[in-house]
Amino acid sequence: MGTRELLGQVRMQDPELTVATAPQSDSTEGAVAAAAAPPASLQRPTRSLFAYPITGPLFALIVIFVVFSLTTSTFMNAGNISLIAQQSVVIGTLALGQTLIILVSGIDLADGAIMVLGTVVAGSIASHGDAVLAMVLGFVACIVVASINGLVIARFRLPPFIATLGMFTIIAAAARLYSQSRSFPVTSDLLSVLGSGPEFGTVAVTYGTMLWVALTLVLGYALNETPWGVRVYAIGNSPIAARLNGVNVTRVVFSVYALAGVFYAFAAWQALGRTPIADPTGYQIANLDSITAVVIGGTSLFGGRGGVAGTFIGTLIVVALKNGLTQAGIDSLYQQIATGALVMLAVGADQYLGRGHRA
Amino acid sequence: MTPVFAADPSLAMQAIGLTKHYGQVVAMEGADFELARGEILAVVGDNGAGKSTLIKALAGALIPDSGQVYLDGEPVRFSSPLDARLVGIETVYQELAVATQLDITQNMFLGREVRKPGVLGSVLRQLDKKRMRRQAAEQMHNLGVRVQSIRQAIETLSGGQRQAVAVARAAAWGRKVVMLDEPTASLGVRETHQVLDLIRRVREHGLSVVLISHSMPEVFAIADRIHIHRLGRRAAIVSPKTTVMSDVVAVMTGALPSDAVVSAALAPAGAPDF
Amino acid sequence: MPKSENTRFRRTAVRAGCAIALTGVCAGLVPGAEQADEKKLLIGIVELQLTNPFFDSLKKSAIDTAKKNGLDVMTAEANTAGDSATQITAIENMINRGVKGITLDPANATALVPIVKKARDAGIVVVTTNTSLAPMTAADAAYETDNLQAGVLIGRWAKATMGSKPAHIAMLDYDLSDKTSKARHDGFLKGFGIAEGDPQIAGSALNMGNAETGQTAMENLLSAHPDINVIYTINEPAAQGAFFAIKKAKRDVLVTSIDGSCSGVRSIADGTIGATVMQFPIRMGEMAVEAVIRAVDDGVKPSGFHNTGTVLITDHPVAGVDSKDSKWGLENCWGK
Repeated sequence: MGTRELLGQVRMQDPELTVATAPQSDSTEGAVAAAAAPPASLQRPTRSLFAYPITGPLFALIVIFVVFSLTTSTFMNAGNISLIAQQSVVIGTLALGQTLIILVSGIDLADGAIMVLGTVVAGSIASHGDAVLAMVLGFVACIVVASINGLVIARFRLPPFIATLGMFTIIAAAARLYSQSRSFPVTSDLLSVLGSGPEFGTVAVTYGTMLWVALTLVLGYALNETPWGVRVYAIGNSPIAARLNGVNVTRVVFSVYALAGVFYAFAAWQALGRTPIADPTGYQIANLDSITAVVIGGTSLFGGRGGVAGTFIGTLIVVALKNGLTQAGIDSLYQQIATGALVMLAVGADQYLGRGHRA
Repeated sequence: MTPVFAADPSLAMQAIGLTKHYGQVVAMEGADFELARGEILAVVGDNGAGKSTLIKALAGALIPDSGQVYLDGEPVRFSSPLDARLVGIETVYQELAVATQLDITQNMFLGREVRKPGVLGSVLRQLDKKRMRRQAAEQMHNLGVRVQSIRQAIETLSGGQRQAVAVARAAAWGRKVVMLDEPTASLGVRETHQVLDLIRRVREHGLSVVLISHSMPEVFAIADRIHIHRLGRRAAIVSPKTTVMSDVVAVMTGALPSDAVVSAALAPAGAPDF
Repeated sequence: MPKSENTRFRRTAVRAGCAIALTGVCAGLVPGAEQADEKKLLIGIVELQLTNPFFDSLKKSAIDTAKKNGLDVMTAEANTAGDSATQITAIENMINRGVKGITLDPANATALVPIVKKARDAGIVVVTTNTSLAPMTAADAAYETDNLQAGVLIGRWAKATMGSKPAHIAMLDYDLSDKTSKARHDGFLKGFGIAEGDPQIAGSALNMGNAETGQTAMENLLSAHPDINVIYTINEPAAQGAFFAIKKAKRDVLVTSIDGSCSGVRSIADGTIGATVMQFPIRMGEMAVEAVIRAVDDGVKPSGFHNTGTVLITDHPVAGVDSKDSKWGLENCWGK
């Protein structure tokens, strides 16, 4: 429809890929000479390295690695690097879902609890039943709960903070009640497969790590290369603009929360791969960890800016920090301080670089 | 034997007897409207006269209680803004509806993104960014809008440029009518000129333009005809060539009665009861 | 356990009076902040572990004992570590309701002292379970595990098991500002015969007393100190998590823990954990409630510190340290 009209309106000519030499058009005269106006360049405008949201986090990650490798002799070796990767997969996968939600100016305080529910459902069913069924039901549990979040937030317009806070409380209790506060050792190969993988000497590349990378790439593709992705960013930037342009904001936001649920389910599978025990008391601050990873990775809490590449780096930062500080024998309270300081730096940098968020 | 009303097919848009009540409040009462093909029609009126209500009804953002809208002589019924868009009516709202962190191309195609042909587009749903950029660049070029790069984020553009992008978007997608709500309201003199030139070029491309404006000088500079709205209905439709600014203002405020000015209406006003 | 006679008499007497707050039917009195439970089931030093089955066992045992003796019960719990405010409010409610006795697992050793005094001034018998107030005499009596002794037992066992082999110890603690956590930590060192900062301690890391944080802590410590061969862990879930790390690193490490949950004893049986110390939450609950009952009925006030017992459980006993094997452990464990 529209495209054909567009083609009809505009005489298609070979695009001239010359960079416009004229300065920012504030000059009336230039605008009046309409036909003479050179075509806008199809090239990306040049901007400073720091304009790319991933620069800061990447820089921070490099600094962390350099500092630790200098202070702790056991940090910078292949075995430890692969360990950091393995330690990242759960929060990393969880944070992918959180990224989506934060991109549409939402937040999910319940992501960790939903993940734990998934592990508990799968673990308890697998302990006396079919592993495949256990996995399917685990996935279903996560997706259903996340979809309820989506419904409440997208359709009934509850503020995400409140809605997910309530859900967090409910689900955390539900997981306990369901499991009767006991944990379930996982013996099924299917459920714990993500913890295994090829080993090359001290380096273990688990299937979980591969899955984490793959999921990041898939979500990155969806966000950058599909109409849905553009609409997600548009909604985060300005829901009004999106709506006025015919985007079904309610439907897209709902889809974001439901899709996040899929990632939470994968995160549950990751958790069982890493620690083959379905434990309702585990991952109690995973929600904060996932939000930290997303924010440190440069995604703006106001929505519309950032992405999964940043979250990937942010996750590594959070995990590497913990790994390095523990190895250096530094009290875990200092770890918290360090992580918190990084969050504030990340948010501050976001502001300082002058990002105007609201349309 | 009630005479059958036939709308004038030579008019791009026509509306007869639009009425909208909100409880006791009358927002529109028997409002008529006509838009000639290829003209720039300015809609003026005091605050509270009902201009926005009229435009919303024409743009599908509002469903009138009674009355009928015609497009090229054919009756149309809108239940949402999408319906209006589908028949070729594009609206540029006052708040512009641009996403500032997206770039020009993404904004141009927001909600109507183009996907690659074949499997890439249908199964993998991949955007055809190159094609969209090319078309956006051409559209901007044809309308004489200058920006450094089509990949610039909206937030890096000046107010006038943003307005230009919004107008260019409407012009690109609009097949019949483009409606602009106070497009120069927050712009400076220089940028206002730019946007007005742009609107003229939109007309040259064959679209009919409806322009709501508060600025009399601007109206007189650009409009082919002026629709004066008052108390929920059209008080008069005049030509700037035959009516002076002060008279237009007077009709607007009620100081002058409607018949004190020369009507430039093409179609008979009023209609049999619907 | 000594049980009171004249159950029926007691039942009538109590029912004629007012409700004694213990555990059980919160009856949805107050959504959110439930009624205070003397036995702050989910309160304790480690309140994040409201979900820890230990607290469940303690709570259930107290409720059961109370019900068995025909008492009415009021319960309350604090759901987060250190949340003394909820407990204080709950005790105030109980005082108003006219309870005869309270068993309390204080969220904070000092913050609860004033309200307990107020309760005792009103003639209510107050005993603590699991952890005591500071000073301990602020309550009528204390029923708890001697966590220091628990640590000592596994420390001594570890030392004896290592023999002359050089030890490289890792301490997987919970937040050391928590009394129980600190006591166990100190006890282990004492039992092992070393002091804080001893070079035999290769490293230490905090965890949250569950498997995944135990695993991460152990992984990081092993990365830094591959020669670790003995570990102390705050509880069995942490030990089980640490074991995953040990297995993946293909090391041989002696794992010690404390708690005595049935899951933990199973870990003893399958070799995951070398030795653990059992505590007895069921006995704790019973003793506390019965003490209160005795005080109310017979006027015999409880007093002093009551050790509810610590028993070393291991399938590899050493000379000089009494222990029981996992079979016995499975018969006497708590939880699931």
